[in-house]
Amino acid sequence: MRKLAALYLVATALFASQASAEIIHSERSLYRNILVEENGDLRCLKFDEKTRMSSQSCMYISKPKQLVFNYTKLTFASLLMIDDPKNVLIIGLGGGTLSNVIHELYPKATIENVEIDPAVIKVARDYFAFVENDKVTSKVQDGRIFIKRAAIKKQQYDWVILDAFNGDYIPEHLLTKEFFEEIKSVLAPSGIVAANTFSSSKLYQHESATYHAVFGDFINVSTTENSNRIILAGFKHMPSQQQLASRIKKLSPQLSPYGIDLTAISEGMASTKDNQDWPANTKVLTDQYSPANLLNF
Amino acid sequence: MFNKTNALIYFLAFSSGFSIMGIELLGGRILAPFFGSSVHIWGSIITVFMLSLSFGYLLGGKMSIRQPSLTKYGLIFLVASIMVLPIALFAQPIMAFIFSHIEDSRYGSLLASTALFFIPTIILGMISPYSVRLLVTDRERSGQVAGGLYFVSTLGSALGTIITSFYMVLAFDVNSIIIGFATLIGSLGLVAIVVDSLAKKEVVYA
Repeated sequence: MRKLAALYLVATALFASQASAEIIHSERSLYRNILVEENGDLRCLKFDEKTRMSSQSCMYISKPKQLVFNYTKLTFASLLMIDDPKNVLIIGLGGGTLSNVIHELYPKATIENVEIDPAVIKVARDYFAFVENDKVTSKVQDGRIFIKRAAIKKQQYDWVILDAFNGDYIPEHLLTKEFFEEIKSVLAPSGIVAANTFSSSKLYQHESATYHAVFGDFINVSTTENSNRIILAGFKHMPSQQQLASRIKKLSPQLSPYGIDLTAISEGMASTKDNQDWPANTKVLTDQYSPANLLNF
Repeated sequence: MFNKTNALIYFLAFSSGFSIMGIELLGGRILAPFFGSSVHIWGSIITVFMLSLSFGYLLGGKMSIRQPSLTKYGLIFLVASIMVLPIALFAQPIMAFIFSHIEDSRYGSLLASTALFFIPTIILGMISPYSVRLLVTDRERSGQVAGGLYFVSTLGSALGTIITSFYMVLAFDVNSIIIGFATLIGSLGLVAIVVDSLAKKEVVYA
């Protein structure tokens, strides 16, 4: 019954949003259409005019701190695996929400945002209060090229966040064994990779196999109500139960203003160590074989 | 008019059109790990292909003046086949070298596609005018022959594009497909040479 009621609520909310949504900005960039839509207190960045389903990033205008999307919240599961991050790399800017929150949490940390589309950076600044200063920078570049150059310069990051996929299209060169190896080479010894993925069906298995081939066992973070998963990979040791508990205790007060419930998120974390949910013979995606979009049906 | 040799020439022209566009399409995939997947990648690839095809047309036309033969035609295919192979064999070190020397990915990708595709595509471009020379027997039909030839080779290009992008990338590695194209045009070149030498023998015995 509760489920039904929730469903009804979601349905009416969706219906209402379709009815009163107002587009406050739209532009055609080199890569896509960019829309900023406002609906009461909710402002969203969207890439697709027709379906208007796939919001890239949303913000409550009256409470900009409160995170809207579940997957954004799930990304913070990373903090249960590492100590205070000092060098953060974010591939795929969206509205800049992740960057803003991480900057507030760790004002001393250096945050580099890499986004291929200059128009997205502009919209993030103008409509989503994306903060840039001497600690937080953004660069217009393909994520793969950025990481290759960072590797040559021997740069190290303790938190790499991959958020370059949108619901409809996956840049295939950002989902290969070689790319993950390049990420691994810029990962600090105690660093972690957090990847937001939308993959379903067959691609889910290929993606898992590819992460496993490079990073070994990883953690899937997901909650049942949502098809996204966050992959946490690249860590050396699984933290002990006590470590987890103490990190949750320490971080919860800091994260709750953003609507992040670390206890609930930690319950949605599952290591692939005892639970490899893909067939052993799944083909690993490589630069030579990466039909990610054809597999993602 | 439409004998077996002519059918072979049309089929070879079809296959070269098929291979050219298949290779061009894979170009995007080959360059992406070093130069990304922005629009300028396609700008570089298409520029290099168009430029080298245009030179190829000139060269092929010029070469067709002096004693054209099916054997020379087959040789063009053989050479093209050999020139395609470095795309599979040396792309990695070539692109790594360019990547470390050129910061701007526009010029990096332009140079890389030149290094990888310029020479093989010039040679593949020679095929079209040379085919016209072999097929045309009288002036009145020359336009019709050229039209039929463009039809066949462009149809090959269309099929090469769709089959490569829809199906082959799902089934094979990029390098395997490139080597497949090289093998296809190389063996067709050999067939042309063999057919020509058999025909000459027949003439001698007759």
